[in-house]
Amino acid sequence: MDALFHAAPYTGYVYPNETVIPWTVLIAVYPYLTGLVAGAFTVSSMYHVFGMERFKPVARFALLTSLCFMLFVPLPLLLHLGHPERALNPVLTPHWTSAMAAFGYFASFYVLLLILEAWFAFRPDIVEQAQKRQGLAGWIYRILTLGSYDVSEHAMRHDHKWLFALAAIGIPSAHGLHGYVGFIFGSLKSREWWSSDLMPVVFLFSAVISGVALLIVLYVVSCRLRKIAVDLACLKGMAYTLWGFAMFTIVLEGLEFASLVYKGREGIEVILEYVTGPLVIPFFVIQFAIGAVTPILVLSYLIWRGTTGRALIAGVTVSACLVLLSVWMMRWNVVIGGQEIAKTGKGLLTYHMLIFHREGLATALALTVAPLGVLFAMVRFLPPWADRVAPASQAH
Amino acid sequence: MKKTKTSLAARRAFLRKLGRAATITGAVVGAGTAGVMQQAAAKSESPSASFPTPEYDWTHHRWGYGVDATKCIGCLRCVEACKRENNVAGDAHHFRTWVERYVYLEGEERPHIDSHHDPVNIEASGSEKEYRFANRYKGKKVEKAFFVPKLCNHCAHPACVQVCPTGATYKTADGVVLIDHKYCIGCQYCVQACPYGARFFNEEHGHSDKCTWCYHRITKGLQPACVEVCPVGARVFGDLKDTNSPISLFIRNNRVQVLRPETGNAPNVYYVGIDKEVA
Repeated sequence: MDALFHAAPYTGYVYPNETVIPWTVLIAVYPYLTGLVAGAFTVSSMYHVFGMERFKPVARFALLTSLCFMLFVPLPLLLHLGHPERALNPVLTPHWTSAMAAFGYFASFYVLLLILEAWFAFRPDIVEQAQKRQGLAGWIYRILTLGSYDVSEHAMRHDHKWLFALAAIGIPSAHGLHGYVGFIFGSLKSREWWSSDLMPVVFLFSAVISGVALLIVLYVVSCRLRKIAVDLACLKGMAYTLWGFAMFTIVLEGLEFASLVYKGREGIEVILEYVTGPLVIPFFVIQFAIGAVTPILVLSYLIWRGTTGRALIAGVTVSACLVLLSVWMMRWNVVIGGQEIAKTGKGLLTYHMLIFHREGLATALALTVAPLGVLFAMVRFLPPWADRVAPASQAH
Repeated sequence: MKKTKTSLAARRAFLRKLGRAATITGAVVGAGTAGVMQQAAAKSESPSASFPTPEYDWTHHRWGYGVDATKCIGCLRCVEACKRENNVAGDAHHFRTWVERYVYLEGEERPHIDSHHDPVNIEASGSEKEYRFANRYKGKKVEKAFFVPKLCNHCAHPACVQVCPTGATYKTADGVVLIDHKYCIGCQYCVQACPYGARFFNEEHGHSDKCTWCYHRITKGLQPACVEVCPVGARVFGDLKDTNSPISLFIRNNRVQVLRPETGNAPNVYYVGIDKEVA
């Protein structure tokens, strides 16, 4: 049987109640997932709202990715709650002064929006399959048509309007949802490491890069699996997006850290002791040097040299993997880091992640990988690819 | 073309129906919620109806708490009494009240701070359930030393109440911050928000927990357990609405201060005899 709680070792002086760290790795997984959702949605919207044609090959795939990850967003929270069966209490009787109170509404709204948008985006395919398939699959497709089999040009124009409107509403919704997560941390005045006005913005930008990076990796892998050529124009478009937003993100994170140190409020000595001690590897080395500076340098080089072909694919994919790692470390360093710095301003705690526990590493990994499994199935059920024939386009 | 129109019209009609259904559902849920809210509001207006002590009227009291750190001897009877009275887990990581020891050694600028959860203290007492400070500074030259009892500050603007997504934690009319354990979802946002580390998570029952100033006692005219048991009168409790209560006298006769006033939480535990290192 699991122990009821695990006390964290500490140095200096920490409040006795602080020795049980309240928010575990799952609370780091949660903003990671919402970030991937918002980022993937951004790519989808670049095509559906802003009409950037080069994103067409991944636009519908991005939408599915966003939806699959969004379905798992509530899970880390539910697994964390002391009373998951009361999870609807905040929705039934929201306490509006709480930054968390509206989350249920926001998330539900966004899930509905994603489902609706996906329905409009995939309606022609659903109708086609409903008419073609027999048996259980055909039955499911027929239900999904919602009785509407009209795929005439006129109907498609009508659908397109809906798609555009939903995608447009989706932009503030997706980013609002994620910025909101940043606000939950940034608005807490009890922790100096969290209490920053920049927190929601940093969360947002890192969300965009994580989602774009995820799509890059998934797109390249999917092309391998489907044995078709990678659309280099599309890949380069995503690389540009990643590059630009990554530069903004690193600047914002740098500014946030600089202002924290420069203000040097009470407890800054312990924060500095923390960042120059236990945080050197996870923060400076992994999050910044490996995960942020390296991909920016690699992408700068690729774009500067006009690299194309396999080298471009390899370089962009590696950069994307590094960005995914960096954003994960950012979530970890914020959520766990904030709690490792004691509220006393006089001590440091050490969070020990358990492996097989309701809130342990295995659960965290499962929650991160599970959306990919669902996506894998979803892509087979609703193929999102625009490139039915292998394209041989070149990068612009 | 005609077919298209019919189909589009059908789809529009379907969407319209969907919209109407959503509106009706919304109205029903809204009405239901409003009913619950009204009930909740009605409850908070007249507590005596559902109160364990019907004769108690919370609008007639405003409780306050004082700590005279110059008197505290660090015997930890208060901690023990609190743990027993409120059935708090008997370990070194869950406290509704605790006592901190500040020791300045000769030639050192910063104090050594410890409390019951310090491994040295636990080892010396032999158990997490034995509440004692180890004599760890024996033979050292102590320049200044004092004890500081800590507990929930029952703030006037409590950050914990602000962040609670369900309203399970709330401020009573008599100035106490309480938790409805049957409504708390156990998200621990309040644990994060409290700058004083006064809240903890009750793993056994899956809800947040903290000091209630022994609300079950004070509403019957008794003192909180920690105040009752303190052998030196370092802990003072009373009604701020009564100008001759111990707490009113304590605040009037001393220059009191509160912990971390810069948070804007406006704490209601008033301290005498603490120094700059206490936070």
